[in-house]
Amino acid sequence: MIRTAMVGLGKMGLSHLSILRAHPDIDLVAGCDSSAYLTDILTKYSGLKCYDNFDRMLENEALEALVVATPSKLHASMVEKALERGLHVFCEKPFVLDTADGERLVELAERKGLVNQVGYHYRFVGAFKEAERIVKSGALGTVHHVRAEAFGPVVLRPKGSTWRSSKNEGGGALYDYACHAVDLVNFVVGTPASVDGVVRRGVFSQDVDDEIYCTLRYADGTSGQLSVNWSDESFRKMSTRISVWGTNGRITADRQECQIYLREPHAAMPDAHKGWTIRYTTDLTEEVWFYLRGEEYSAQIDYFAQSIKSRRARGQNSFRSALDADRVVTMIVSQSAGETPRPVVQPARKGVMARIFR
Amino acid sequence: MSSTDGTQQMTEHTLMDRVLFGDNQFFGVNHMSEDKARAQSMKFQDTQAIIDVLDAAYAEGIRTFMCTTHDRMSELCDHFRNNAARYPDYQFYPCMPYAHKYANAVTEHGMIEALRMFLPQDGAIGAMLKGGVALANKDVESIMQLLIDAEMKMFHGLKTPVVFMQNVITDLLLGLRMKETFRMFHDHVREKYNAEPGFITMNMPQLLDVLDELGIVNPIVCANINRIGFRMCGGVPLYEETIRSRRFRPVAMSVLASGAIAPREAVKYVCDQPKIESIVFGASSRGNIRQTKALIDELTARSPSA
Repeated sequence: MIRTAMVGLGKMGLSHLSILRAHPDIDLVAGCDSSAYLTDILTKYSGLKCYDNFDRMLENEALEALVVATPSKLHASMVEKALERGLHVFCEKPFVLDTADGERLVELAERKGLVNQVGYHYRFVGAFKEAERIVKSGALGTVHHVRAEAFGPVVLRPKGSTWRSSKNEGGGALYDYACHAVDLVNFVVGTPASVDGVVRRGVFSQDVDDEIYCTLRYADGTSGQLSVNWSDESFRKMSTRISVWGTNGRITADRQECQIYLREPHAAMPDAHKGWTIRYTTDLTEEVWFYLRGEEYSAQIDYFAQSIKSRRARGQNSFRSALDADRVVTMIVSQSAGETPRPVVQPARKGVMARIFR
Repeated sequence: MSSTDGTQQMTEHTLMDRVLFGDNQFFGVNHMSEDKARAQSMKFQDTQAIIDVLDAAYAEGIRTFMCTTHDRMSELCDHFRNNAARYPDYQFYPCMPYAHKYANAVTEHGMIEALRMFLPQDGAIGAMLKGGVALANKDVESIMQLLIDAEMKMFHGLKTPVVFMQNVITDLLLGLRMKETFRMFHDHVREKYNAEPGFITMNMPQLLDVLDELGIVNPIVCANINRIGFRMCGGVPLYEETIRSRRFRPVAMSVLASGAIAPREAVKYVCDQPKIESIVFGASSRGNIRQTKALIDELTARSPSA
């Protein structure tokens, strides 16, 4: 059993905690969160030993691994402390906000031979894995364009008070939605060399972006487009899609299916004809031992556990690969520096009474 | 059988209908295709379009609607309340909660504030006090009761003989090992609504272990049951063995695995399993409803346990 602790028990954290506690090879010995309210409930109703102080947890518990799901700005320091103590680390995405931190942590993890993984769960979705396999097989011919989109209904009115609405804490659609789309591009096609034409704007948010658009550029002339908007109520939940065009056809993949169009049959895809081939999630998904919200969330935790058991330090979603996504995000930020367009919707002026009694 | 107003609803020995009508198709849920899901949410954005399909199912003899407590359900409930004479035996199996409603609120407002938002704010002052006190005392049982009551409100005056906990919550609590919460749900549904509690899960064998441990006898458990093992954690052999040997009341969903299995083969597989009480399926056209209902009726009559 891998003695594991968790820090950060918010929405994503609770989902991880549930999956971790259900894993047969993981002994989840303690959790840590600054909200005493939540940790009291977990202790009382689930028997989980909880801390409100991260350092004290590391001090007191004999651990092999740590799962980090705190707000993004806390990732770097917590991951560093854990690595220094020789712990294997799974960190939620985005990995770090400052790529200099990321470089140091990659070096540290690799030097110590520790398992290091970041929660880009789309790499564990069957349809996206299939897209990656097909693109890398060469079946599409020479790839010349990629489009990644992420839409969803998160910020739909001008307010919000969590860390996700705060610019300096890794909030905004850039760090929450866009980094997933960027990582998917890196996974399926490769990491772009530069970005331009960046648009970042609040639709309803005053301090952070709700929509991000930009062009991606590759050294060989391949181009890409990124379209992200988390203020789109027409989507029931986050929806991410990637399309790749090549000289022999195109592919579009989302969480449910993979649609492939081949101009001519290709040796790398013996089961696909000329024209359309559709692959569905039911065919592409590998079953997991425990299901909560999607196979990919369980699959990535299982991968982490198996990596620890087999000492696989450079597996899928390594710190190194997640840092590539952070670098693209940093390019997007630097390309949009200085330009702060007003949000689409201005906050309503408060009435006299509201201002007096504020 | 009677209504949420009181009197008797379902006892442990009352049979559920063989065929239950599901609601994924109405609310843009499709496990195979986002395009199909969008087309469906366009088709069903008018509540009358949903009512037309429910009427078609009713005409085929399907009188139980197993439905998520989506906001739009309240309009449907109004329809059935206002036209009670047209549907004398109609009943609902509410499945709660509609989790995206909570998840989006937590992202926007944080966990405690989101919880506060969903606790009842109208009605008796007592309920408000109870909500406030329960929150302050971290009294999960009272909070859960208030949340259940809030979800059940839209079904007032309608028959709800079985009330389900949605799989995302069941499985979250299962993994977290907050076992007592299943007992709390079970007791409140029985005591306040005189209904039979049910649990939807993707982890059927593991959930049964916990329900057994809690002494919840012969529970209604709704899970994916299909020939290809789609979202059946533990695998097909373990599911088959569990259905054969353990004491519970299985309801099969995702029988067609979102269309990955041909209908006859899919329904035959489920009908060949012993003691599956009900099969839930969703469809959008009268033709599909008739075909699937007829198939279930035919293969049920021929099944080994018939």
